[in-house]
Amino acid sequence: MKQRPVADLSKLPTFGIGPRSPTWWGTLAFMALEGTGFALAAGTYLYLAYLSPKWPLGVPPPNHWPGTIVTLLLLASVVPNHILNRYAEACAMVPVRIGLIVMSLLGIAPLVVRWFEFPALNIYWDTNAYGSMLWVLLGLHTTHLITDVGDTMVLTVLMFTRHGYSGRRFGDVGDNVFYWDFVVATWIPIYLLIYWMPRLD
Amino acid sequence: MSRGVWTMCWCTACILLLAGCSGWQSALDPKGPAANELAWLIWFFTALCTVVWLLVMAVLIVPLARRPAPVGDPLVLDAAAERSKMRIVVAALAATALILVGLTLLSYFANRTLAAIGSDAALTIRVTGHQWWWEVRYENDQPNRILTTANEIHIPAGEPVRLVVTSTDVIHSFWVPNLSGKLDVIPGHENVLDLKADKPGVYRGQCAEFCGAQHANMSTFIIAEPRPVFDAWLNDQLRPAAAPVSAEAKTGHDLFLKRPCVMCHKIGGTIAGGTVAPNLTHIASRQTLAAGTLTMSRGNLAAWIANPQGIKPGAHMPVVRLDGDELNAIVAYLEGLK
Amino acid sequence: MSSARERRLAGEGAAAGKGDLAPERDGPRDTSLDDSSLDRWLARTWQTAPGIIGALSSVDHKIVARRYLITAFAFLCLGGLSAVAMRIQLSGPERGLIGPDRYNQLFTMHGVTMMFLFAVPIVQATGIYLVPLMVGTRNIAFPRLNAFSFWIYLSGGLFAWVSFALDMAPDVGWFSYVPLSGPEFGPGKRSDVWAQMITYTEVSSLAVAVATIVTVLKQRAPGMSLDKIPLYVWAMLVTSFVIVFAMPAVMITSTFLILDRLVGTHIFNPAEGGDVLLFQHLFWFFGHPEVYIIFLPATGMVSSIITAFARRPVFGYLGMVLALIAVGFLSFGLWVHHMFATGLPKLGASFFTASSMLIAIPNGLQIFCWLATLWDGRPIIRTPLLFVFGFFFTFVAGGLTGVMLASVPLDLQVHDTYFVVAHFHYVLIGGSVFPLLGATYFWFPKITGRMMSERLGRWHFWLAFLGFNAAFFPMHIVGLWGMPRRVYTYPVELGWGNINLFITAGAVILFLSFVLFTINLVYSASRGAPAGDNPWNAGTLEWATSSPPPSYNFARIPVVTHAEPLWAERDTLPVATGLRVDARELVISTVAEAHPDVREKSATPSIWPLFAALAVGATFLYSIFSPWAVVWGAGPIAITLIGWFWPKGDPEDEE
Ligand code: HEA
Ligand code: HEA
Ligand code: HEC
Ligand code: CUA
Ligand SMILES: [Cu+2]
Repeated sequence: MKQRPVADLSKLPTFGIGPRSPTWWGTLAFMALEGTGFALAAGTYLYLAYLSPKWPLGVPPPNHWPGTIVTLLLLASVVPNHILNRYAEACAMVPVRIGLIVMSLLGIAPLVVRWFEFPALNIYWDTNAYGSMLWVLLGLHTTHLITDVGDTMVLTVLMFTRHGYSGRRFGDVGDNVFYWDFVVATWIPIYLLIYWMPRLD
Repeated sequence: MSRGVWTMCWCTACILLLAGCSGWQSALDPKGPAANELAWLIWFFTALCTVVWLLVMAVLIVPLARRPAPVGDPLVLDAAAERSKMRIVVAALAATALILVGLTLLSYFANRTLAAIGSDAALTIRVTGHQWWWEVRYENDQPNRILTTANEIHIPAGEPVRLVVTSTDVIHSFWVPNLSGKLDVIPGHENVLDLKADKPGVYRGQCAEFCGAQHANMSTFIIAEPRPVFDAWLNDQLRPAAAPVSAEAKTGHDLFLKRPCVMCHKIGGTIAGGTVAPNLTHIASRQTLAAGTLTMSRGNLAAWIANPQGIKPGAHMPVVRLDGDELNAIVAYLEGLK
Repeated sequence: MSSARERRLAGEGAAAGKGDLAPERDGPRDTSLDDSSLDRWLARTWQTAPGIIGALSSVDHKIVARRYLITAFAFLCLGGLSAVAMRIQLSGPERGLIGPDRYNQLFTMHGVTMMFLFAVPIVQATGIYLVPLMVGTRNIAFPRLNAFSFWIYLSGGLFAWVSFALDMAPDVGWFSYVPLSGPEFGPGKRSDVWAQMITYTEVSSLAVAVATIVTVLKQRAPGMSLDKIPLYVWAMLVTSFVIVFAMPAVMITSTFLILDRLVGTHIFNPAEGGDVLLFQHLFWFFGHPEVYIIFLPATGMVSSIITAFARRPVFGYLGMVLALIAVGFLSFGLWVHHMFATGLPKLGASFFTASSMLIAIPNGLQIFCWLATLWDGRPIIRTPLLFVFGFFFTFVAGGLTGVMLASVPLDLQVHDTYFVVAHFHYVLIGGSVFPLLGATYFWFPKITGRMMSERLGRWHFWLAFLGFNAAFFPMHIVGLWGMPRRVYTYPVELGWGNINLFITAGAVILFLSFVLFTINLVYSASRGAPAGDNPWNAGTLEWATSSPPPSYNFARIPVVTHAEPLWAERDTLPVATGLRVDARELVISTVAEAHPDVREKSATPSIWPLFAALAVGATFLYSIFSPWAVVWGAGPIAITLIGWFWPKGDPEDEE
């Protein structure tokens, strides 16, 4: 077909941040599907608890302290996370580098404490269905924690190379911030489910 | 198009004629109140859906009969015609909604009718699904009047009975279409199915949930009898196994107790007390063998015991090595267990 | 064109001219290039490199889609041949051709292949090919993710069929209920094969869904506001959302199953506080939406074909879009209708009767709108339209039997019988395969540049139509006569022999129709009449470019003014200029209005998605034998992913 130019796009910017970038939407879609996974796993736990006359199947409730420390760490990390976001939007290299290092450390710290959470559950995955579900929930969140920390660390290294001076990379930092919020947000209901639900009644 | 329609009509007609010869295990040949209600429901839904389908097809065929229009601008539409189409579409949608509300209410009330059928059942039978046979236990307050048998369920005709169904291995489904809809048989759950056969007769049923290798050969029979016949049957069955009379049968009896048979099967009045396989106390009084796989006869008994894996591959009864005399002896013994 | 409009199209936000960015580099633009040098530039930038490495690195959505389509077709053949084998075994009572063990693997592989390796991939593949063309962009969003998804899909499918060849294919049905598939009653590796094969295919279809969503939301041609999106694209968008929210459920199900089997958890074990019905809830929470994942794209194809042949815009565009969305939403509220016989509380079950009936309303609305479109369209009947008629004839019948099944009491008689088998083949084949076949005849010219043979097409249609109905209509009856599904044989005295013989004869005719179709495909691909850009005079953007489309799809990005752009602009196509031609630039637009917003670079070809797929695939495979696979696999997966994302210094990476 013959063409007739009607618009000139040459002035458009070459990257966009946040909802202007496709990557942000991709991240959102992945959060939606992983969130569905979390919701279904939590739903499974509640379904089994509802069916069982004596949940948690005669096992003492878990020691909540390691979990509580993780929660506090995760909540605390939200503040530097958002400061990092501000700098990423301004494309300021030095503060972004510092912020990424801080966020890598703040990602590793809860992972270390998480190591002590598993024994604190007071039950193994193969003891009964209650134990299985605790391990599944905790394992599911730990996988997300590990992958996001790995992602943050690779991004940190990347920002120290010449490839960092690019709008897209700053956009990636923004998306990383966004995803970390998701990792924190999904933890809260799981924390309540694992540690406080067996303490009810 | 119309050629295809005629061919279809013709095929359909032939098939519907064939449909007349259904029977023994059919939802369209109800022999009890539940199946009756359901058959009526099936026919009603079918008729209504056929009408809806014919209407849709009629509207589809009309434009085909017209000649193609001269090619014009595809974007020029007749506004008045579009508006009247809109009205028709909305009306059709409203009609659809109305029909669906009607069908939902109909199902709801049919469900209530079904629930009312067995509320006064006097007889409770516990049916346990096993891979691939049915354990049947007649419950009773007096322990010595509890009866355990397999695969064939005798019930008094004209009276509601209550079946409590459960499973010890995988999920099965209990279904005797001439009498009632199906109900899943689930480990860890106890489901209740109320049944009533209006008249005496034998009604075939078949496991309806895939349960492994021999799902296809997991049938059951409901044998409805007049009350006195049923009572007599029950009393017969409660007696311990008949003692062997002939010498051959006696040998068979001894062999049965010496061979692995004894580990799995129970024969009342002997030391054979296994519970993982059908109770054989009155095996010869049954009409079929191995959950409807074979009809009961001396030959089939021998064939089954000689090679269960050839007849029902995968079944949980092993091939027990017996020579010809031993086999004949065991068959002679079992044949006497009326 | 007014200058005010131009300014608006040029986007509101200027570049964030601040911070530590590399100075913006620039390259030649398409603005002043003549057509042939533009083609040379773009071809050099966008073409897939020659050679084997080039082919394995390709990220062109059309090439990936073609691979997907061919692979899915191969799985259709395998699934179909297993059906023919089953039908031969069932053609008479007490046939001894196929034993129970083999038969059970056959119907499981048939169901699994048709649902997970044929139907879902093929509708997604069609979307991968068509959606970027229809929305007027140069490649799908996340093209490397898209390439990755294909490799994962291919390895999952091969894995399943290799295990079939080794006699260790799953044998417990496509929904693999516990406890039959659990650790106690499902010995060997068969159920593990099922679970991991599910994981493979779900990963790949989730990846495609995300790419499709972002393509539709962010890469539409300037001016294609929400009310101008072709219905097919709407259908793919809604389908992709359904995938995003439904597929995680089956991944959870298969993961729980594999945990129970491999590491001894008790999630489905009633003896230790688990529950077997939980499996069914989780599976069908996915499984019901699954059938609409297969069906909705087909409705999009029907809309495209009807619009082109009726030569008018589809009647009730808004209603159609709302119907698609409504079906998408409602599909999550019906899962219990697959479990009516499990003895659930009566009142709860009645709720699911109502919701299942409800979904007939949006489905009906679509049917009515199509009928209204055809009513005064006086269509010219060609093969694609014949298949659409076949669709109406069959799908409406199947939908109505669906309404019968939705009634709790009625379902208790027909559940798990051949009546249900008839229902779902009517909706799956009538509702999805017929539109797909029509779509093949319709879009084949675009993909290959050649028309398919109309003569063979008509023979194909009539054979398929008659064979299909002969094979599946009698199943309703034999189901009501009491024949359960998934039986490898049946006794003589039940009298199901003749009717089953008839069914098998129908299945053979259906098989022959597919052979004819294959011949037509092969023949037409090399000998068909040349098609031209727009053989059907259709109105959507994929017909604006050449057949087959060039690697860059459009020499200049079209500007859209109408839902049927090519009907509104008969002589010349309005386009936008100003994109670089030495880098893979495309236009990112705003979600609702599709104002051009950013000139974004699309990813370059890369071999890393293939490596990543190999690492992920090997991990899944090994996990069947040891849970430590996850630990061993983590390293290679991480390395390949870093290789994938690490910038290589192309202009595409640096801005
Ligand atoms: C493409 C796939 C597809 C589609 C579109 C549908 C559509 C529908 N299905 Fe189907 N279904 C399957 C694929 C599909 N199904 C599969 C694969 C299974 C079996 C899985 C297995 O067990 O292996 C199944 C099983 C299944 C069951 C479980 C049966 C059982 O196991 O016992 C039920 C029960 O409610 C059901 C209902 C419905 C309903 C109500 C619709 C509705 O969406 C239909 C709506 C459409 C119409 C009604 C026609 C058009 C409307 C009009 C013309 C308006 C006028 C209509 C009226 C007035 C009524 N389906
Ligand atoms: C989209 C999905 C889909 C499709 C297309 C089909 C297609 C067919 N199905 Fe399928 N079927 C299912 C989905 C599908 N099925 C599902 C989900 C189940 C449930 C499984 C379970 O219970 O777990 C099922 C179950 C099922 C059963 C029940 C089995 C049982 O319960 O025991 C039967 C029985 O007849 C059957 C038959 C057929 C037939 C004859 C076809 C035919 O239409 C097939 C036609 C296709 C071909 C024949 C292939 C064409 C071949 C070629 C193109 C190659 C030729 C080329 C050359 C030789 C050069 N199917
Ligand atoms: C390992 C356990 C086991 C052993 C040993 C065993 N059986 Fe069985 N038997 C079964 C099972 C299980 C069935 C049910 C098979 C089916 O229908 O799927 C069965 C069925 C039968 C039936 C048919 C019962 C009916 O109600 O239809 C007979 C008769 C029978 N066995 C006889 C024998 C004899 C005789 C022997 C010894 C020679 C024997 N069995 C040894 C497990 C066993
Ligand atoms: Cu028991 Cu099927
Ligand atoms: Cu469904």
